[in-house]
Amino acid sequence: MMGHWIIAPVVLPAFVAGVMVLALRSDLLLKRIAGIGSILALNAIALALLWSATIHGPEVYFLGEWPAPFGIVLVLDRLSALMVALLAALALPVVLYAIGSGWDRKGAHFHPLLQFLLMGIGGAFLTGDAFNLFVFFEILLIASYGLMIHGGGSVRTRAGIQYVAFNLVGSSLFLFALALTYGLTGTLNIADLAQKLPTLPEGDAALLRVTAVMMILVFAIKGALVPLQFWLPGTYANAPGVVAAMFAVMTKVGAYAVLRFGAVVFPPELAATGSLLQDLILPAGLVTLALGAIGVLGATTLPRLVAFGGIASMGTAFTAIGAFTPETSSAALYYILHSTLATAAMFLVADLVTRRRAHARLTEVAPPIAQSGLISALFLAGAVAMAGMPPLSGFLGKLLILDAFRTQEALVWTVVLASSFLMILGYARAGSVLFWKATALEVPAGRWPREGLAFSATIALLAGLAGLTVLAGPLTDWLGETAAGLYAPEAYIAAARLGEGG
Amino acid sequence: MEALVAIAIGTLTAVGIYLALRMRTFPVIVGLTVLSYAVNLFLFTSGRLTQNRAPIIGTSDVYADPLPQALVLTAIVISFGMTAVIMIMAIGGFLESGHDRVNMADAAGDDETGDAAGEERA
Repeated sequence: MMGHWIIAPVVLPAFVAGVMVLALRSDLLLKRIAGIGSILALNAIALALLWSATIHGPEVYFLGEWPAPFGIVLVLDRLSALMVALLAALALPVVLYAIGSGWDRKGAHFHPLLQFLLMGIGGAFLTGDAFNLFVFFEILLIASYGLMIHGGGSVRTRAGIQYVAFNLVGSSLFLFALALTYGLTGTLNIADLAQKLPTLPEGDAALLRVTAVMMILVFAIKGALVPLQFWLPGTYANAPGVVAAMFAVMTKVGAYAVLRFGAVVFPPELAATGSLLQDLILPAGLVTLALGAIGVLGATTLPRLVAFGGIASMGTAFTAIGAFTPETSSAALYYILHSTLATAAMFLVADLVTRRRAHARLTEVAPPIAQSGLISALFLAGAVAMAGMPPLSGFLGKLLILDAFRTQEALVWTVVLASSFLMILGYARAGSVLFWKATALEVPAGRWPREGLAFSATIALLAGLAGLTVLAGPLTDWLGETAAGLYAPEAYIAAARLGEGG
Repeated sequence: MEALVAIAIGTLTAVGIYLALRMRTFPVIVGLTVLSYAVNLFLFTSGRLTQNRAPIIGTSDVYADPLPQALVLTAIVISFGMTAVIMIMAIGGFLESGHDRVNMADAAGDDETGDAAGEERA
């Protein structure tokens, strides 16, 4: 049993960020040490939470010892522990890359903002209260606004304003949905909602459907699901590469929330919503996947290409989530693990390229860059992972998803396979334009530092993908049990100990 | 009173959405602010509209629901902070680019990241 450790992924980054802002303002070295230390500790805590959730099952943490439906609770179960572990595992290479590439020198507050982002995302994964989810969304968003415009520049700032405006509208929508939920049920505790919604009177069914759709719209904005994906390419392509890599886990917050709400709060058995969410999310996921693949083929710059690759991976994940069965959810979780690391690795590779070159256009043959041999090898590995080719985990992830959709194979298989083909074309084209030269060109030697740390961080992410591939067997068993537990939320509801208090 | 509050929320929402769809940053920010007023009012009414009741058990026979009041307070603080952030970003964008249009047209489309990378190099 983890006791107070459940809140550590929220409190630790918040505390470290506060110390950084107040005490370590001007000392970059100390900020770096504090940042790495905090993230290492977060990794250790996340692994302990994962272990505890696996052994002991779901566990609740009452903030301020207020009893459950009235106070705020954090709930640790296998899914939330897994997502926190993924967050921590991604944060370590990202912070190392930021240090190795010198991105954290370009503004005063990179490290504190990263810590606040970790706090917001970790809290969103752990919370057991819908309004608290909104609060953590805002924390992660306000940190992401700062990170997005890190390094400055007029284009980046104005892309940032679009991103903020879009998300503010999304937040308003979330508040409308929460107010409707509270007006209908008188509670915002997720476990309490799961118990109360089936007992709602018949007359409230229409309102409940509106609420469910509004909630899903908000999560779709976070997860960049078509038709709400417009903010993503501009934001990710204009953000610093290392920040875009960290943002790869931010879209997964949307996927996590859809999974949690679709399985626990609005399950397919709920009469009022029924298969409404399936009917909306599954086709939207397929369209997202197709659009992402076309975007990969048509992107004009490398960061945009990776951003569209990220959209395609969210499409794949949402397709699998959208069926709302344990089998597809298990496949979706494996794919989410894979695509977070793969997208982040590709953003880092794109950053390695764009920082060495005056432009990142894919429409014209580019001059050679320093260290192009290693970078092109990394690009190849990342592209193989993103497109879902063997031998890396993208292939296994797609295979699991295809296998889970045996009953709807005509439509889902066609879209997944055709878009994989488009993505292979897109990455191959980008790779040949960027790296492939018919004649040997003079490489400008000595202009660039070796950046061993930055390369190690990128390689570490790709090694994570290899690890996912090697451990696919035990991992899918574990994910299968996680997904089965998600659709039998009795343990989750029992763990929330409604009306008892700490 | 229900009709009055409903009309107020509806009007505020409509005004907010209209302004948020404008071409320049300043009306967009005003629109987002108005939208947040609408949503705060809506959140407040989710605890039912009551008059002359304290949100404390025991002071009167019937009490107002205190939770939406706490929720709306949180929402107000957050939207206030968000407005400040977007305001600062808008001013920064205006000072750097010399105009406050929301579109990215003068970024020359395909040169977005190249532009940013070029600035860092310089």
